[in-house]
Amino acid sequence: MRRVVVTGLGMVTPLASGVEETWSRLLDGQSGAGPITRFDPERVATKIACEVPRGDGTNGTFNPDDWMAPKDARKVDTFILYAMAASQMAVNDAGWTPEDEEARLRTGVMIGSGIGGLESIAETTLLLAEKGPRRVSPFFIPGSLINLCSGQVSIKYGFKGPNHAVVTACSTGAHAIGDAARLIALDDADVMVAGGAESSICELGIAGFNACKALSTAYNDTPEKASRPYDKDRDGFVMGEGAGIVVLEEYEHAKARGAKIYAEVLGYGLSGDAYHITAPAEDGDGGYRAMAAALKRAGLEPSAVDYVNAHGTSTMADTIELGAVTRLLGDAAKTACMSSTKSATGHLLGAAGAIEAIFSVLAIRDQIVPPTINLDNPAVESELDLVANVAQKRKVDVAISNSFGFGGTNASVVFGKVE
Amino acid sequence: MSDVEERVKKIVVEHLSVDEEKVTKTASFIDDLGADSLDTVELVMAFEEEFGIEIPDDAAETIQTVGDAVTFISGAQS
Repeated sequence: MRRVVVTGLGMVTPLASGVEETWSRLLDGQSGAGPITRFDPERVATKIACEVPRGDGTNGTFNPDDWMAPKDARKVDTFILYAMAASQMAVNDAGWTPEDEEARLRTGVMIGSGIGGLESIAETTLLLAEKGPRRVSPFFIPGSLINLCSGQVSIKYGFKGPNHAVVTACSTGAHAIGDAARLIALDDADVMVAGGAESSICELGIAGFNACKALSTAYNDTPEKASRPYDKDRDGFVMGEGAGIVVLEEYEHAKARGAKIYAEVLGYGLSGDAYHITAPAEDGDGGYRAMAAALKRAGLEPSAVDYVNAHGTSTMADTIELGAVTRLLGDAAKTACMSSTKSATGHLLGAAGAIEAIFSVLAIRDQIVPPTINLDNPAVESELDLVANVAQKRKVDVAISNSFGFGGTNASVVFGKVE
Repeated sequence: MSDVEERVKKIVVEHLSVDEEKVTKTASFIDDLGADSLDTVELVMAFEEEFGIEIPDDAAETIQTVGDAVTFISGAQS
């Protein structure tokens, strides 16, 4: 199998628009949570979320006009806009501009989303009820479909290789990166633009997750305290939005063009719980098997793992994952560490695995691990260091990023330092 | 410029993000103003909404230019 490396990064998150802006705020222990402004949350129980900060594009704010012409942005749901922005950042960062047809044929796109154009679907349904079918926009369907992130990116850049989209709820971003890496390893492409995008902070999205009892409701007055993985006072996740995109590249291809190499995709593992539609299996078996499969593919013992970027959503399921990781690492749990960056970003659903893969890559680049903020009173004793509240300088040669989704779908991606 | 023509041009400028001076009566939505087939569907919907009329699909297909739209809408209103 061919080696696959990461050569470009892009992200739009509730902390900031941009990779370095997001990363510095994450290391600084900041929270992306605040009161919901995207709609009037009066009727829903949860009145807080991690929204992408909008602005003129300076100081880490997101300005849609920087990434899509207004006439085009108006035709797509927000998740596609975020995907377009993060993809442009990643492609620019990688410096990958295919100059001939063969290179374009060998460059593909695999961007997924957990839910897709939920807000567009909700708004169009209301329009349909009020004004009838003749008022439904011709851009409604192509502006809401999940694979149109991949479609729009391929059209913008002329990338004619594999064009695919993952839909595995909160595992989407991790599956997209893992599957895209596999396409390169198997010689279907030399370069893949991969990741996830999500924008479900609308009344229907919040109402739906509230009905599942999945969201935090106890911290409406102190939103920055609401996402608190592993803490005994956690009461549900905080919905986030945004996109994370990486450029993956075959190792020799990257080396030949002198590309900056962030890290290598060493392994990727997948599993299914076959247990429940929203709850993980209580013994954490699905997550355990995804991690074990990823390490096996990487040819690494669990003791090689320096850092785990946890799925850790700030729900009761956190301790199930913690148990699985501890079981997997064995004695190495005493020296490794694990943090949940969802404490700061909230849960970006289909984009979560992608931004967390990027955080794992940056942990390797900078030899520093981001903190789990709001971890004041751990719910359970653990020998594994959960990086409470303050980032730590550490040796990080191998990092593993976990993502688990509704339906019992699990993915783990292992990244390693390239000497 | 008639009231209808002015309102049609305003809609075209807004929906296609084109300069006002390009939106002449002979300008073709697709050939001159950068629209694709989906844009023209949306334009027709916007005309229906603005003028409170219904433009049947077979009539919509004959509306290729700004002038075509003005003529059809003026006829439908009278």
